[in-house]
Amino acid sequence: MNSTATTSTPSAEGKTVSGITLATLLKDFRLEWRSKDAINSMLFFSLLVVVVFSFSFDPTAEESRQIAGGLVWVAFLFASVVALNQTWARELRNQVLDAYRVSPAPPNSLFIAKALGNFVFVSVLEMLMTPLFIAFYRLRSIGPAWQLLLVAALGTWALVVNGTFFAAMSIRTRSREIMLPLLLFPISIPAILAMVQATTAILNGEGARFWIVLLVTYDLVFTTSCLLLFETVLNAE
Amino acid sequence: MPDHAPVITVTNLIKQFGRFAALRGVTAEFDGGKLYAILGDNGAGKTTLLRTLAGLNHPSSGNFSILGANTFRDVCHQVGYMAHPSLLYDEMSGMENLAYFARLYGISQAGHRCSEVIQAVGLDPTLQRPVGQYSQGMRQRMSLARALLNEPKILLLDEPFSNVDLRSAADMVRLLAGLRDQGKTIFVVTHQASLLEGAADEFVWMQSGKIIGRTRALTPPEPGA
Repeated sequence: MNSTATTSTPSAEGKTVSGITLATLLKDFRLEWRSKDAINSMLFFSLLVVVVFSFSFDPTAEESRQIAGGLVWVAFLFASVVALNQTWARELRNQVLDAYRVSPAPPNSLFIAKALGNFVFVSVLEMLMTPLFIAFYRLRSIGPAWQLLLVAALGTWALVVNGTFFAAMSIRTRSREIMLPLLLFPISIPAILAMVQATTAILNGEGARFWIVLLVTYDLVFTTSCLLLFETVLNAE
Repeated sequence: MPDHAPVITVTNLIKQFGRFAALRGVTAEFDGGKLYAILGDNGAGKTTLLRTLAGLNHPSSGNFSILGANTFRDVCHQVGYMAHPSLLYDEMSGMENLAYFARLYGISQAGHRCSEVIQAVGLDPTLQRPVGQYSQGMRQRMSLARALLNEPKILLLDEPFSNVDLRSAADMVRLLAGLRDQGKTIFVVTHQASLLEGAADEFVWMQSGKIIGRTRALTPPEPGA
């Protein structure tokens, strides 16, 4: 065979990291597009939550604004667990994760790609489900609605960055579907509290600055921690 | 010309899983440019040895050096690893799989290189079918192609011939012998040792987590030798 395989030099490392992250992200999109494992499960689950709760309650517009924050985020939290479990499940089939581990690709490229992929999947779910929530609960925001986009982005990132990390931690455990919520939910309490309170405050026309700052801080702290610890988690036996 | 200086040195390597010792003090030197067949019964420690050399298991004690480095990470771009499972995504075609792994290794001219290794293992690079629809034998060969992608100096192959028909297995042995002649060092864990008779330079016999002998012919070492 002719010699055509060459490896990148350290000077090209930055470019390599972003290139590998992008390649892994696109690979995950391709796998999801073909299997639709995560998005279908998430959609059905969220749809069930919306419908079941809308039959259970008949809130007024005022009551809807009070409960919508909690309802929406709890539905997205539970639905995102499905995507988070799928993220690593597809790497375990045929032990493909080992192929990544024996390659010179940086571990954090894998983590960032997985977190970004989950962010996109959960964001798509939110975009599809939000109109249904608005219709079923007759939601009208009194405060600036654009701030809800900011809360959604920060809150979703808080869920997926920790979720991706803890899902990676739990992949080698026997009951990983149970283990992930057990690890993820307690540590997500500050973020969920901030997401719910910020959403409720914006819907009711109150200030949400404190909760948004809390979410930004939470995201920064946990993104940094996850990046620092991921290599250890990836190479754990 | 193949370089026969040691490329892997293993010193008193012990690997324990809980209270079970899969490797019990393996000490050996392996020269470059040779094809080694690692043989032994189930549970002898063959796969554990290979996974430890590939950096997938951490030794409980002892150490090893590979191409002069003490950690696999430093030389991972020079090593190819093929496991018992395919290490391929079932939903993607062989070419798509290899193109992704080529990115991980920073391989330039990836398309050309992927076609080259797929052809080398006797498969068609234009095959669009997802790997999940391949026969077991095709999957094994595509898995070997993935291990060859980065033109490794050392190849660690775990059961490459399992579920492969005899003719394809013979083709794979010829390919491996050719790579050995180019100076690559190849380790093949297998239960089908007869396939490597005439091609392997050494047969390494393992039992109960230890190397119990090394022979040039496919004859088990004398007990206590």
